[in-house]
Amino acid sequence: MPAPIRLRELIRTIRTARTQAEEREMIQKECAAIRSSFREEDNTYRCRNVAKLLYMHMLGYPAHFGQLECLKLIASQKFTDKRIGYLGAMLLLDERQDVHLLMTNCIKNDLNHSTQYVQGLALCTLGCMGSSEMCRDLAGEVEKLLKTSNSYLRKKAALCAVHVIRKVPELMEMFLPATKNLLSEKNHGVLHTSVVLLTEMCERSPDMLSHFRKLVPQLVRILKNLIMSGYSPEHDVSGISDPFLQVRILRLLRILGKGDDDSSEAMNDILAQVATNTETSKNVGNAILYETVLTIMDIKSESGLRVLAINILGRFLLNNDKNIRYVALTSLLKTVQTDHNAVQRHRSTIVDCLKDLDVSIKRRAMELSFALVNGNNIRGMMKELLYFLDSCDPDFKADCASGIFLAAEKYAPSKRWHIDTIMRVLTTAGSYVRDDSVPNLIQLITNSVEMHAYTVQRLYKALLDDISQQPLVQVASWCIGEYGDLLVSGQCEEEEPIQVSEDEVLDVLEGLLVSNLSTPVTRGYSLTAIMKLSTRFSSLNRIKKVVSIYGSSIDVELQQRAVEYNALFKKYDHMRPALLERMPIMEKTATNGPSETVQTNGETDSTILDTKHLPSISQPASQVGFLKHGFSIQTCAHFRSNPNPNIAVITIHATNSTEADMTEFVFQAAVPKTFQLQLLSPSSNVVPAFNQGSVTQVIRVLNPQKQQLRMRIKLTYTHKGSPVQDLAEVNNFPPQSWQ
Amino acid sequence: MYGVNASDLHSCSCCPQMQFMLLFSRQGKLRLQKWYVPLCDKEKKKITRELVQTVLARKPKMCSFLEWRDLKIVYKRYASLYFCCAIEDQDNELITLEIIHRYVELLDKYFGSVCELDIIFNFEKAYFILDEFLLGGEAQETSKKNVLKAIEQADLLQENLDFQICLLPDFVPRAKLQADKGERENKDVLSTL
Repeated sequence: MPAPIRLRELIRTIRTARTQAEEREMIQKECAAIRSSFREEDNTYRCRNVAKLLYMHMLGYPAHFGQLECLKLIASQKFTDKRIGYLGAMLLLDERQDVHLLMTNCIKNDLNHSTQYVQGLALCTLGCMGSSEMCRDLAGEVEKLLKTSNSYLRKKAALCAVHVIRKVPELMEMFLPATKNLLSEKNHGVLHTSVVLLTEMCERSPDMLSHFRKLVPQLVRILKNLIMSGYSPEHDVSGISDPFLQVRILRLLRILGKGDDDSSEAMNDILAQVATNTETSKNVGNAILYETVLTIMDIKSESGLRVLAINILGRFLLNNDKNIRYVALTSLLKTVQTDHNAVQRHRSTIVDCLKDLDVSIKRRAMELSFALVNGNNIRGMMKELLYFLDSCDPDFKADCASGIFLAAEKYAPSKRWHIDTIMRVLTTAGSYVRDDSVPNLIQLITNSVEMHAYTVQRLYKALLDDISQQPLVQVASWCIGEYGDLLVSGQCEEEEPIQVSEDEVLDVLEGLLVSNLSTPVTRGYSLTAIMKLSTRFSSLNRIKKVVSIYGSSIDVELQQRAVEYNALFKKYDHMRPALLERMPIMEKTATNGPSETVQTNGETDSTILDTKHLPSISQPASQVGFLKHGFSIQTCAHFRSNPNPNIAVITIHATNSTEADMTEFVFQAAVPKTFQLQLLSPSSNVVPAFNQGSVTQVIRVLNPQKQQLRMRIKLTYTHKGSPVQDLAEVNNFPPQSWQ
Repeated sequence: MYGVNASDLHSCSCCPQMQFMLLFSRQGKLRLQKWYVPLCDKEKKKITRELVQTVLARKPKMCSFLEWRDLKIVYKRYASLYFCCAIEDQDNELITLEIIHRYVELLDKYFGSVCELDIIFNFEKAYFILDEFLLGGEAQETSKKNVLKAIEQADLLQENLDFQICLLPDFVPRAKLQADKGERENKDVLSTL
């Protein structure tokens, strides 16, 4: 029987394979040879065969038939066998295999072996992959080795103990005595692993934590020695003495100092010393500084120290090394709530990081930027964030847009600014805006009453440019449907009003209906908008035609809407003005997210009655409040029982069937003393002739004593060149309006 | 999204640890895998596949850290090999970079100007060295000299005729290994060391 092929020979051979199939063939052949060798219980070459198996396992091929062989190798007396056997066990056996428990006895024996390197192998294996059962069985041996004077074994035993504690936390107590003089060791390996062990114990048990607090002075001393001692070639890394040990000590100090005044005070000086003296030119120094900062922020440090820590992070932000910048941003994000002012000082550097090339850095900078926005810096910050929105990756745009909307809502310096910001987001990142933003924005726009004309004009212009971004198109359609009358009458005060005719507006809306770019939801929006314009525009016939066409649309949603709108024209025309009138102010019932009042995205909307979605509203009661020859005022009251049950919202429609317009129309109202009145801006001050349009005005009445609502109204206008003044009293409000 | 309270900075119920370390080539071939958490073979393969893909897709200008699942991945490329560690959220990424660098230095000292081929042909040695440096995901020895000394002694133990029946030609003592270096066809130099 020829000797099995050597390991390195096999590796060389397999690497010559030109295809996956060729490789597989070689592997299969060798595996067959190895299997038969195993079957023959060949002791001499078992080691070689298992080694080859491990190589093939790394390439991705199955090697489970070698598991038992690993156990045999471990049990062998040859060091070579043990070395490969334990390696094989760590690679092929895990605690889910029943076989692994068979290792326990071998490991126990090897833990007591006369050669420390064999003991080392056993400790390493146990500490790496020992199961709970194994740990239970062997904890005693580990504890024994933790007390040995052999530092080579002691350090390994400490980490093995860490693993035992992780697997079987109840065993932690038994290691306590052995920890007594661990920190008196001079050997850095033992020191390091001891600190790791102590950290593990303190994190798992508050009792241990209190017990080990007394070690703080000793830890401080060790750290001090590391920093102050001269050059030690054995532990030096770029001029710093044993950075690994320094970092672990700092972490243990963090745990011990947290929530404890005395301990925190005891470590204050050393932390300041490390923070100011550590060399920052290389990564290793910054690693220590980073750990120091984390510790300072977590313990009860004095404010001077905290500011020092934040400033270190600020300096990190300016570091050329992107890893350092990344770490700084992560830490700042964690401290921005508690040390807000200190972090604010670094705002401009943070904002600069928005331009970084690294995706993770950009994301953190964005999150941090949003956390730092406040009433004072909103304008500047928003400029940067909008610029960022323009140029960032698509993955970011949704989050960024949402963040901008939230920030704008909280801190907008003016309504105009707010609307402009929304417009900017919709036009530059419109397709990434979240679906729930649309109702939110609609509510925002509705409630910014004095900006209606400006908003609808801007949205209209945006539509002329681009109808592909659905959220933008939906918001715009809704606004045009609501405020189309303001658009055509050129009422915009904020900027130069555009000249646009009703037909042009309807062209745009109809264009949305037919465009391939429009989603079904968007089409729903535009159809409803067209319908609403029937009470604001005079092109009734055109609108009727459009609506009737869609009565046979394939899209069921559109079809239903169209059919219902048709019915509105034909059978319920008298209700149409009331149903399609201006939306009142919507109160937000929740501070975040879409409130229940705003369901006007129309998705579930087969209703023409937008008002149906307002909470607890009874049927709008519309009645004629005033009638004079040719001039009628209809009131339509909406009643809300929450949030404020005492508020009634009344909408007035003034229409004019005479042959001349009523211009300079002003509506005034007075109520009895127990009421309070708020008049919102009227939709216009011209009531067109021949019922070609109406003026809408919203009134809010506060009625805390729930008395019957009475109102005196005064109308002033110019008709056929002469000023007219009318007075009237309206008493026939329905009981729901005040009960 | 707007950050976590400072007190959450270190609120782990158990100590954070390194979960695994992977070494792989630029073509995605695995050269070493060390797992410090119990996972079945299938899971290990899945994780390896995904992570290798993710890391290889990174551009050179990006930083050495990325978030993956609920772990932090710290990786660094040394010539043709990627060294990749998975640590937990509370761990210090910067010191992990130093851990990786220390391991590379150890390999370099042991093999004499190490390259990927050394790791391929002597993978078991790479594991032995790693196991003298880290145990359970933590550094057991912070002195370079001591780690190398221990490996040297263990290697000698293998050759020690008193301790084993025969010297298996596979496990060539270190001196001879260096002589073989000349025979290699393609030498990929790890230039950063």
